[in-house]
Amino acid sequence: MTSLTPFEFIIQQAINAISIGSIYALMAIGLTMVFGILRLINFAHGDLIMVGSYATLFLTLAGVPFWIAVGGGIAISCLTGLLMERVAYRPIRGAQDVSMLLTSFAVTIFLENIAILMFSPSSRPFPAPGLLNSAMNFGALRVNSVDIIAIVVAGILLILLTFFITRTDMGTSMRAVSQDLLASRLMGINTNRVFVTAFGIGSILAGIVGILWSARVGKIDPLMGFYPVLKAFVACVIGGLGSLPGAVMGGYILGFLEILLQGILPASLTPFRDAFVFSILIVLLLFRPNGLLGSTEMEKF
Amino acid sequence: MLKVENIEVYYGHIHALKGVSLDVREGELVSLLGANGAGKSTMLMTISGIIRPRIGTVTYQDIDLTKKIPEEIVLQGIVQCPEGRRIFGSLTVIENLRMGAVRRKDRAELKKDLEWVFSLFPVLEARISQSGATLSGGEQQMLAIGRSLMAKPRLLMLDEPSLGLAPLVVQEIFKVIQQLHQQGVTILLVEQNARQAMAIADRCYLLETGHVVLSGTAADLKSNIAVEQFYLGGTAK
Repeated sequence: MTSLTPFEFIIQQAINAISIGSIYALMAIGLTMVFGILRLINFAHGDLIMVGSYATLFLTLAGVPFWIAVGGGIAISCLTGLLMERVAYRPIRGAQDVSMLLTSFAVTIFLENIAILMFSPSSRPFPAPGLLNSAMNFGALRVNSVDIIAIVVAGILLILLTFFITRTDMGTSMRAVSQDLLASRLMGINTNRVFVTAFGIGSILAGIVGILWSARVGKIDPLMGFYPVLKAFVACVIGGLGSLPGAVMGGYILGFLEILLQGILPASLTPFRDAFVFSILIVLLLFRPNGLLGSTEMEKF
Repeated sequence: MLKVENIEVYYGHIHALKGVSLDVREGELVSLLGANGAGKSTMLMTISGIIRPRIGTVTYQDIDLTKKIPEEIVLQGIVQCPEGRRIFGSLTVIENLRMGAVRRKDRAELKKDLEWVFSLFPVLEARISQSGATLSGGEQQMLAIGRSLMAKPRLLMLDEPSLGLAPLVVQEIFKVIQQLHQQGVTILLVEQNARQAMAIADRCYLLETGHVVLSGTAADLKSNIAVEQFYLGGTAK
């Protein structure tokens, strides 16, 4: 292995950090969007990653070309998210936060156990094609293609989402509903459609993350959604729950922190990397209890 | 136009409206007066479909509103400008106004109505791309009314539009309400500021702990001893 110059080392780690940060950011957007509108922390969001990945895997095994299977996987992830909203969350809308949180745990346990029964608890290799699974060499730099793709895909999606949120009536309605549900209803905003759109967008993003995550890790299992959703939740808290720019920022900060700590911690401590990450989070929250971009005013009601 | 008949409304465990009837005719300005907790806002929330009456009916041009959700009621042309303004603070002025018109299909008319709102409240045009939270209290109230007007209401319900505003701004708001009335907008006005609300109303209802205790023209009410007591802040028993 050729050794890297310090500059190349930094570039390599930066690509790593932006790539993993992109994945956290895309996850965090779905979580924070639903939270902003429904005050619901949807932990089952992580299972949409799993659903999308398994759907993609089985479509490929059935002979569907990989990239079409990816489309199918994302679509199935989206449908699952919409079904979740309709069956589990809509009936308890307006209930106390705790009831909604517990419901999301119930949905998680339900989906994960269904997956264990259907697919067995053991992991399976994810059939990522060369484009998602090859190393590219730039001089001494070795970069995984999936990292570059994750960065590009996240960039495009963030631009599209920004346009959607700031320039369209539906995007503006979403911001209005997340600010004041009652006033939104009194203005005639179709709140059901807003809820469905938020779940739909979040689930599509989760489906996309599923593909990127699985290609990165190389294998999938029924509980694979837990780790990403936890990280996404941390990203949301860093940025301020309910804030979309905050979620994106939190995602990238978390990515950088992880890679940075991985690089500077002595080898004996790297297994405890996440403990250090969470310690930094606790310190941050001591100074900014509502996250970096969270509102400093108290919540209404 | 709007007919509320014998509604019984519970707000949690509180029996907020105890058999209240009220009607608003086309083109009228009707004031709903009463002290804090008399049930005025509950009345508007019931008409808007946010709260459902246990007994009684709310009909608007022969349509039963008690079976409709708030979004559908807005589509019927009944628009409420809620108490405390409740503008969208993180949205800009123009975005707030757009949200008022979000369900409208007649895009061509929108521009005209936007100009109409700006002619009523020129200050909004000057602040068009500022976020709602940066406006003063009076400007926020203007934005709230403007936002409701963008829904092209056939019946506009205003809940305490003078609440918490400086006297000069209150005058301005009342002037605009009168102007709207003259332009033919039907208005149901909820106010604690009874003197002013009576001065511009065609008819008034006086609500007390869930009952209509008095109703009639402003002149009728003015000559009533109970109203005199109400002015003084006492409650007629």
